[in-house]
Formats: sequence, structure tokens, C-alpha cells
Amino acid sequence: MSVIYPFYCHIISEVPVTALPDSNPRAEREREREREEMGIRFDLFILSIALLSAPCLSDLVLSKVDRRVDLTSQIVRITSTLKVENLGTDPVSEVLLPFPEHQAKNLAYLAATINEGKGKAKSSAASLPIEVAHPKEMPPGLIWYSVSLPKGLGKGERLTLDVLAVFTHALRPFPEKISQAENQFVVFQDSAYYLSPYAVKVQSLSVKLPSDPKLESYTKIENTVVSGSEIKYGPYENQPPFSYSSIIVHFENNQPFAVAQELVREIEISHWGNVQVTEHYNLFHGGAQSMGEFSRLDYQARPHVRGASAFRHLVAKLPPRAHSVYYRDEIGNISTSHLWVDSKKTQLEIEPRYPIFGGWKTSFTIGYGLPLKDFLFQTEGKRFLNFSFGCPINDLVIDNLILKVVLPEGSRDISVSVPFSVKQWHETKFSHLDMVGRPVVVLEKMNVVQEHNQHFQVYYKFNNLSLLREPLMLISGFFFLFVACIVYMHADLTISKSSASYLAKLQWDEVQTAIQQVQNIINRCLTIHDRLEASLRDLSRTGDVQACKATRKAADSSLKELSKELKPLVAFLHSSPQAAQILPKVEELVVKERELQEKLMSKHSTVVDSYEKKTGGREIENRVALIQQKLTALRQEVEDQLEAID
Amino acid sequence: MQGKVEGGVKSSSQCGLKSDLSSNNTSFFSSSLSLKSLKLKTKQQALLIRVTILGLVYVLAFISRLFSVLRYESMIHEFDPYFNYRTTLFLTEKGFYEFWNWFDSESWYPLGRIIGGTLYPGLMVTAALIYWAIKFLRFSVHIREVCVLTAPFFASNTTIVAYLFGKELWDSGAGLVAAALIAICPGYISRSVAGSYDNEGVAIFALLLTFYLFVKAVNTGSLAWALASAFGYFYMVSAWGGYVFIINLIPLYVLVLLITGRYSMRLYIAYNCMYVLGMLLAMQIRFVGFQHVQSGEHMAAMGVFFLMQVFYFLDWVKHLLNDPKLFQAFLRITVTFAVGVGAVALGVGTASGYISPWTGRFYSLLDPTYAKDHIPIIASVSEHQPTAWSSFMFDFHILLFLFPAGLYFCFKKLSDATIFIVMYGLTSMYFAGVMVRLILVATPAVCLISAIAVSATIKNLTQLVRAKSKVAHSGAGKGTSSAKASSKASLDQSLPFQRNSAIALLLGAFYLLSRYATHCTWVTSEAYSSPSIVLAARGAHGNRVIFDDYREAYFWLRQNTPPDAKVMSWWDYGYQITAMGNRTVIVDNNTWNNTHIATVGRAMSSYEDEAYEIMRSLDVDYVLVVFGGVTGYSSDDINKFLWMVRIGGGVFPVIKEPDYLVNGEYRVDKGAAPKMLNCLMYKLSYYRFGELTTEYGKPPGYDRARGVEIGNKDVKLEYLEEAFTTSNWIVRIYKVKPPNNRW
Repeated sequence: MSVIYPFYCHIISEVPVTALPDSNPRAEREREREREEMGIRFDLFILSIALLSAPCLSDLVLSKVDRRVDLTSQIVRITSTLKVENLGTDPVSEVLLPFPEHQAKNLAYLAATINEGKGKAKSSAASLPIEVAHPKEMPPGLIWYSVSLPKGLGKGERLTLDVLAVFTHALRPFPEKISQAENQFVVFQDSAYYLSPYAVKVQSLSVKLPSDPKLESYTKIENTVVSGSEIKYGPYENQPPFSYSSIIVHFENNQPFAVAQELVREIEISHWGNVQVTEHYNLFHGGAQSMGEFSRLDYQARPHVRGASAFRHLVAKLPPRAHSVYYRDEIGNISTSHLWVDSKKTQLEIEPRYPIFGGWKTSFTIGYGLPLKDFLFQTEGKRFLNFSFGCPINDLVIDNLILKVVLPEGSRDISVSVPFSVKQWHETKFSHLDMVGRPVVVLEKMNVVQEHNQHFQVYYKFNNLSLLREPLMLISGFFFLFVACIVYMHADLTISKSSASYLAKLQWDEVQTAIQQVQNIINRCLTIHDRLEASLRDLSRTGDVQACKATRKAADSSLKELSKELKPLVAFLHSSPQAAQILPKVEELVVKERELQEKLMSKHSTVVDSYEKKTGGREIENRVALIQQKLTALRQEVEDQLEAID
Repeated sequence: MQGKVEGGVKSSSQCGLKSDLSSNNTSFFSSSLSLKSLKLKTKQQALLIRVTILGLVYVLAFISRLFSVLRYESMIHEFDPYFNYRTTLFLTEKGFYEFWNWFDSESWYPLGRIIGGTLYPGLMVTAALIYWAIKFLRFSVHIREVCVLTAPFFASNTTIVAYLFGKELWDSGAGLVAAALIAICPGYISRSVAGSYDNEGVAIFALLLTFYLFVKAVNTGSLAWALASAFGYFYMVSAWGGYVFIINLIPLYVLVLLITGRYSMRLYIAYNCMYVLGMLLAMQIRFVGFQHVQSGEHMAAMGVFFLMQVFYFLDWVKHLLNDPKLFQAFLRITVTFAVGVGAVALGVGTASGYISPWTGRFYSLLDPTYAKDHIPIIASVSEHQPTAWSSFMFDFHILLFLFPAGLYFCFKKLSDATIFIVMYGLTSMYFAGVMVRLILVATPAVCLISAIAVSATIKNLTQLVRAKSKVAHSGAGKGTSSAKASSKASLDQSLPFQRNSAIALLLGAFYLLSRYATHCTWVTSEAYSSPSIVLAARGAHGNRVIFDDYREAYFWLRQNTPPDAKVMSWWDYGYQITAMGNRTVIVDNNTWNNTHIATVGRAMSSYEDEAYEIMRSLDVDYVLVVFGGVTGYSSDDINKFLWMVRIGGGVFPVIKEPDYLVNGEYRVDKGAAPKMLNCLMYKLSYYRFGELTTEYGKPPGYDRARGVEIGNKDVKLEYLEEAFTTSNWIVRIYKVKPPNNRW
């Protein structure tokens, strides 16, 4: 069945299809119809290519091509090993890889490495630069990529290339709508022959299906073998350039078809020691649409049979030492998640609020903090963030990834280095205590898969002193608040200075100060009394009459001064009408104090006299006892009065 | 040192007791002097203590309401708060003008709802202002956090107002006690925990503020305070429908003052300014509009307003006439004339329809049985039920006993202010007895009156203790002879063991108050901090199990139904569906159109084919029911079903309550009425439930919420299909099938 590319277009619809026995004739009929449609569409595509004659390209020949198609998940990974040989005379420096348009639009990732023999480890090989090429006079409907070889391939030289192409949305659910109990079947299309502008000498293709596959049907051409979960096509020999023979594989695939329509990752750097990552997911199930009833009873009883195509949880592998992990959505926290932490990784198992059936959507946010020192480094006066580009959830197809790196306020000279092409622009974000906003680097990329989990770098300059800006702002804010309070307390905000109430208030203030002064004086008198008492005690201990007398003298003079001070105050209170209420109390206080003073003096004199006369302690006590009693009562009264005035 | 002290002790016998504590020797003496100068004056000490206590109470009021955030998360609770949250979100996103003119097509389909004209915007505007202020201060917070913490914040502010009010009523001690009591009183906490973003959270603050300012205005006769009280009233009107209580209580209070002969110029100024300005301001709220001059509920205030003018006029005439006999005659004529004119005006107004009669809600407040007979939709709400004694005890605890004691103190020292608080306390207690939710209104009054009781009692007791201790103290140091004399004197003054009993009573009071604090904390943490949208239970091993089914269902609706889908459910869930599910609902918690609700009730209680017709006419795409049969969650739709029947039957006589009952008994098992077993609600709740074994050792189809095996296990649906059921079956959503093809 080897055909030369321009002429085989009509054959496609006649490709014999091995149908596996199916109990349901109606479904079979539907499927047949669908397949026909598919074939027709394909015809048109091939036809458009066929209209142009294929020119002969360079003298490269692919001596051997091995292709392995991995269909075990929703992502299609095609690994091709190409043995390239230059038969021409001119050295060749690039190898062209064409993809049909319908495949190319799903192409998420393409990498080529030089395979230097079996002995060498694969990791040592660096991937080669790949660019989109537009070679002239080629059939339309193809998208070209050219792999630049590190050095030109001379005459007769050989080279082995490993090409990894990753496709998303390449598995088409068929039937497109299934009920809850049905399994999900998908269709995969490719060519049995390697589509290449070069002649291929020997080639083979193996298609790996999920383990224990239910293979609905597959295209049978010559040399097709099914063994276990693999379908092998080939080997085919000596195919001319642009050979194409469509194959269709229709099989059961209940892997989670989790597709993120949009993922926004926000990485916020705080130089206080934290990198905060927030990821907003907008997920849907990209497999066969669910139709008809959803029965919780069935799902609950046998979730793997009645709901085989649904997925109920996702696993995110977060970097080690992630902390403060949260998982929520627009309406609140989602309590169904588990976190496993060990020294190498942090694993977060998240369960959406409900199982996701085909076509169902959900959205959620996960966030976590990371230690800054793990991701931020310094080089030549610049700091740079080294962070992983893709998302932490495996086997997730991301249609549109928007990555925002929020740098601290005051960062300058920002530059980004990403290992693949992305759309890039700048934004400003306002967060806590920001005056001019934080610079945000936004990177956008369509069609992201796990292979994009590579590190990218954001370089910027940042002055350490700027760290102190926000605390200083807070401190000065509070400072001004307190200053304002103090000013308010001390400022006179009265509008009308001549109003009666204002004047009354002023007077009242004066009266209050006067009363306070009176209280002060009385208190001072009381301390002098205390001093006198103390001198008496000293006297009883030491018998030093002279010292006692000196104290008495000092006390007398100061008491006299105080009473002098007191006079104008009391007079003022007398004159002030506002003080009328409190005046009697003040007067009583003054009188009581005077009385107390007199009694104390008399006691003092008595005791001193007795000492001079060397009277016995007992006698002195007896003589003083009466006065003492009075004194105590008076003192009590004075203190009460003071309190009352307060 | 030791020797010196001993010397001091020896000398104390000579020098008297005054110095025995203050200074044992000279070196101490000087230091105590310097300390004394540093010591604050008593006044300053009092101020410091007061401010510290108030600050602590302020913080306490806030943090004791955060249980729900700690236990669950920062989320909005219950039903109504979700509407408030949604409108606040709208306000912050679109601005005030859009908010004021918002026509919401997402609720009450196909009628829609004019949101701006049918809500009290106070709460939303407050939250938005706080949000904008915080944003202005350069803090980036989510509006949800602001909404969640609005109620605790205002509860804290209420404590300050309670302090001021208590100070105005009695003294600053009573104010402090009132602040402390109200900070943790369960009756208030029930509506103001974090996340309970409801009108009441702000309104109680506004209510108490208005009352405080009014009492202050009456006490001082100052126009400024009256003006402030008018603004307080305006804020209250903008925040909650409960303002009707203010506009009726204050006239009643004024009337009482007039009758008891306490009319004064102060009262005249306070009431007139407050009423006129408050009325004008309140008219600015669209939802209230001209009700102040047109509705029966507000007529009392207007009547009292005119009465005040008559009083003033009479006063003036009395002053002019200076002749008691002539004045008596004049008085008779004027009063008859005034009352006559008032009655005629009221009669004409009512008859012509200018003055609308009292609404059902108002009637149901005055007469507890009214709602049950006439407005089932009001009676169906659990918080509108008459209050049980236990819930009084639960919400007030010792305040229930302190309240009468406080009333006693108030009557003992009658003043304008205490009359007000007595009236506020008595009327609000009556209303609290009529409706559970009005315990909230009574709480501030109860706290204030109890605070008066506590403060007065403790003050009396401490005075006793202190007075005695002084005498005892001085007596101890005196010589033996004088000690005898003084003890004799004190015996004459007071009863034996007075001091001891005072101390015992004090300890008792502290014990009671500490019990109160424990009770409040316990109630807050156990009963009032559950968001009701997330259910928590204890698992078999004592671990906490969370049922998050509501949000599961609402989020499913939000994500997996067409954006214009219409969801029919009982009205309880309307607000939550619009806020969390973001889908159009037929009816919601704003029960403004009874007929619409009755239509839904009718659909739920009809057979499936009849219900299908109704649902088609309402464009219903999905039907949502809440079902607790699997988890034993008892407030589900089957338990609410009789109210649907009653409300539906109230408008559509086709639905008859007895059809769903067997011998007056409501049951869902085999003995249930056939109509019950085949109505839409039953079918939707129990669809395929008959195949499920819920409890070990019970037959399949055992309903754990009602503890019976269901009567109809073979439920077939013809016009609807199960679209989603949450993991614990609490929420079930059905899709209404499109009509069959005709050929």
C-alpha cells in the first residue's frame, strides 16, 4: 500500500478498517457515519496539498525513522528518532520538520536533540534551536520547523536526531457525548508514514495505548501488528518524500482530560523573605461531554464504573518548603485537600467541590509561600528570580498561561529570560502600602504542557534601603495620628469666643485650677505634717532634741508660706460664682487642715517639752494620747474632704 | 535593716499609727515622697482605669465574635447576608449612582426587583465606606473581609455607646458595666458574629446611638444633641426596618412625660428638632419615602408632634391669662378641639387612602396570633416565632434576673432618662416575647438596666465594706480604751455582720458575673458561631466532619449551567443562589411578592405534570431542593413543606393542606397521604433514595432526618432529570426537560 504522496488522495476513504465486534448496531452505524465524515474532511485537506507538485529538496535522506506515539494520557507525545544522512555534496546545516496544519495548531512543544549513540546519557545532549521556517515552493497546508544543527553535515556524514513533539487536544473524544455510565473513547489520527520532505529508507511506528486497552478499531494496513497495549506499523522501506497514509486509532481512554482554559500564576516577591505564589485555575474536562442524568447514587456506589471518565482529584507537586498552602475558590475555602510534606517536595492533593465529568467546569485558586532564599539569587549587582514556568499539576493541559511576576516597589532595570518564546508586557499592581505600585512582568503563553516546566529568570535591581520604606510609613502615620490627637486636645476650637457658655466654661476651668492648687497646698501641708511626725519618731529613737526643733522651725516657716499662698486662692473662689457649689467644701477643708495643723503643733511641742524635761516614755504617751486620737480623726477627715472635692 | 525596722515598731507606739505603713524608717520616707509626686491624682487614676476598661471591652467585643472565623473561615453566614454582600460588591464595583438605580433581573424572574428602591442601604454604604477608607490608607483588602468584620466592628462601637448611655442614665460605673455586659451578651452576639453581615449588626449600634443622643438632648435641652439624634435616626432608618420602633417609642415616651407632668422646654426642643429633621432626612431613603406622613405606623409620632405644639400653646396662654378659672375653660375647649381635629384628620386620611393602614408585620408584632392566621409567610420564618422561655434564659442568662432589679433602681431614682430606659426596656421585652428575633432589640435595654442594678448594688456594697474597714482599721491602732469606744460607736451605726454579709454578697455578685461571662463565651462558641452554610458534625472517632454541600451545589450551578438559567427553589435559598451560584432565581428571601412565592409553593406541592406546566410558564430550567434524609439534617425542604402548602394554598385554593395530612399528622412513610407521596417536592427529595441504605441495620430508603422508611420508594420522574446531587445529598438539583417533540 505504499503510495506516492500526490496521488493517493482518493484512496483514503477506502482504507480498510478493522471493526471490532460491537453489540450495538446503532452505535456502530453512527460511528461508521462519523468515520466517513472524518475521511471526507481528510480528503479535502490532502487534496489541497496535492494540487501542488512536490519539489525535490536537499540531498538529505533519512536512513531510518523510528516513531513512538504515546497515547497513555490526554497529551500525545511523539518521539521520533531520525537517522539523517547527507548524500549530496554541500554541507547541510538544518533539518526541516513539517507538520500538517491540523496537527501543528495543537503542537505545544517541540524539541530536538542529537543522539550520540547508545552509550551516552541522554541528559548530556542539549536541545537544538528550532525555528519556524517558510521554505519556498512547498505544498500548502504544512507548517515547517527547521532544526539548526550545531555544525554542518558534510557529504556522507550521518547524524541521529531525537525529536519530541507534544500535542494537546489531539485526541478527539468519539462519541462526543456519553452518559455517566459509559466509558470514554477517543480517536487519534496520524500518518503511518513519516511525513517528511526527505526520502525515508526504513521506518516504523509504534502506538502505545493505555494499559489494558479496549481498542474499538484501528486502521489496518500492511505490517500492522497489535501486541498488548501497542500497535506497530512497519517496517516500511523506501518511501518517497511526502508519503502519507492516514491511520485512525479509536480506543478507550479514561485518563483525566483536565484542561485549564486559563491559568494565572502570580509570583510576588517580598524581600522580607517570602515568595508568594497564587495560582488561579479555570479548569474543564476536555473529554467526551456528559449527557443525560448525573446520578449521585450510581456514582457513589461504583465511582470507577459509573463515572469512569470523570476525575475527582488532581495532584500538585509544589516546591519543597512550601508553607501556608491554601485552596479556595470565589465562594470560599474548599475543605477537601490533603498535603504531604517531606524534605524533597510538597505534594498537594486537591479535590474540586464535585467530580468533573466531561464538559463540566470548575475554577479554584491555590496559593503558597516559599522561602525567598531558594529562588532569589544575586549576580553582578542584579538580583534574579529563578522560577519554574509551568504549573505544578501534572498532565494538565493549559490553553492559556499568564504568568505574573510582582517585583517589590522600587525595582528597576527589569529584564526577563525565558527558554521559549512568550508574549511579554508590564503592568503595575497596588498592594499594601504602595505609593507608585509594584512593577509586574507579565508573560503569556498558549498551549502549555508539563514539558514547559523549565526555569525562567527575571533580573532586576533593588535597593535594600527601600525595604524600610513601608515600616517607616506606618510609623510616621501613627506618629502623625498621635500628634493630631495631641493638637486637638490642646487646641481651642470654639467658634464664638464671646458666647456665654464659652465664658462660663473658661471660668469653670479657672475655678478648677484654683481648686487643684488648693488641693496641692493641702497635700503639701500634709507632707510637712508627715515630716514633723517623722522627726518625733527620730526623737524617740535618738533623743536628738535639737534636730527635732530645727525640723519644727523649717516646718513652721513653710507652713506659714503655704497659708499665705492659700489666701488669694480662697478669695478667688469666694468671688467666683461658679465655685458656689464647691466653696463650702473647700472652706471646710481649709478649716480642718488648720485645726489639724494646730493639734499637731501642740503635740509636737508637748513631746519635745517632755523630752527636754526627760519625762518617761509612758507618760509622754499618756499626755499625747488624746491629741493623737484627735489628730487621727482630723487627718482622716481632711483626706476624706480632699477625695470629696475630687 | 532588721534592727531599724524593729526600732520603728517600738516607736510606733509613741508616734501613732499614721506612719506605721507609709514609712518604717527615714530612708523609705524620702523615696515614698518621690513616688507620691509621680502618683496620679485620683481623678486621673479613675480616667485611666475607665479608658483601660473601655479599651479592653472594645477589644473583647470584637474578638469574642471571631470564633466563626477561627472555626471555619472568613465567610458570609446565613441567608440575608449573602444578598447584602452581593449588593455591597455591586456598590464597590459600580459606584453609588449605579447602585441606587440598580434593577436586578437576576431575582424574582420574570418580575425582577428594583434593588435601589427596596433596600435599606445603610449597611452596604457603611461597608463600602470602610472599604474605601482602608483602600485610601493603602491597605489592599478584599471587600469580603470588610463585610465579614463589619458586624464585630459595630458591636465594639456599640459598647462605647452603651457606656455613654449608661453614664447618661446613671453614672459612669453603670456605663462601664453596661459596656461590658453588652459586649458579650448572647442576644446581641447572635446577630453580630463575624460573617453575619446583616442589617441588624449596624442597626443596633444606630438604635442605641439614637436613643442615647435623644436622652442626652432631653437632659440638656441642647439643639446640637437633638440634631445629632436626628442624624442618628437617619442612619438607623437607612440601615434597618426596625426604625419603626424608634419612631413609635420616642413619641410614646414623650407622651408619658407629658402625662406625668414632666413637660419641659428641654423636651420640646429635643423632640421637635429630632422629629422634624429626622423625618425629613428619613424621606431621603427611597425605601421609606413618604411613609412618615402617609403610613399608619408613623402617625403616632406626628400626633405627638402636634400635641407638643398644643402644650406649648397652652403654656403660653396660661402665662398670658394668669387666671386659673379662665384657663381651665380654655383648656377644655382647646383639648377637645385639638383631639377632634386630629381624629377627623386621621379618619379622613385613612378613609381616602392617603394614610395607609398598619401593615401585617406591625399587626403581628402587637398581636402574636395575627400572623399565624393571616400571613403564613411571616409565620413560616423560624425567627418570627414567639420566644420560648429557654431562649430568654439562653440569650440573657443572669440579666433576666438583674433586669427587674434594675427596674427597681430606676423607679427609685426617677428622672427623664430613667423613665426612658424603663419604657424602652418594657416595650422591647414585650416585643422580644412576641418574636424571637426581637430579643436583639431588647438586648441593649436589658443590658443597660441590668448594668444599673449591678453598678448600684456593688457600689452600695463596696461603700459598706470600705466604711467599715476604715473604722476597723483606725480602731485597731488605737489604745484599748479608745478602741472600745469606737467599736461601740460603730455598733450603734450598723447591724451586726454587715460587713461580712456585704463581702459575701459582693463575692456572690462576682460569682454571678463570672458565670455570665462563661455562659456567654460558651453560647457564642457553640451556638452562634456556625455559618449555617457549612455544617459541621462529629465523626465516629471524634474528628470534625464538614458538610460543605451547599457551596458544592451553588458552585456547580455557577460553573455548569448556562449563565441565563433560571433556578426554582424555595425562597430561603434565593439569596444564596444569586450570590454564590450567580444564577437567576424565581423567588428569594426578600418576600415582597406573596403571589410569586405561592406559585412556587404550588408548583412544589402539585403533581409532576401540573408542576411542569407552572415551571414552563415561569421559564424554570433547574429546580433545587434541600434534602436531609441522608445526613439527618433536619431543616430541609420536606420539613418546610407544610409551609409551602400553606402559603401556596393561601393564594391558590386548589392546594389544600388536609390533602397532605393523614388525620392531621404530617408523615412521609407508607401511611402518608397519596398526594404527599406523589407531589413534586416529595419526588424530588426522594428520587432514587429508595435504593440507598443510609444506616446500618435499617432498610433501604430510611430517612434519617425523620427516622422513618419512606413510603414511595419507586419515584419516577417524567419531566425532570437529576442534574446534580451533592456528596451528602443535602442539595439536589434537577433539570427541567424541554418539551417533547410533537412528532
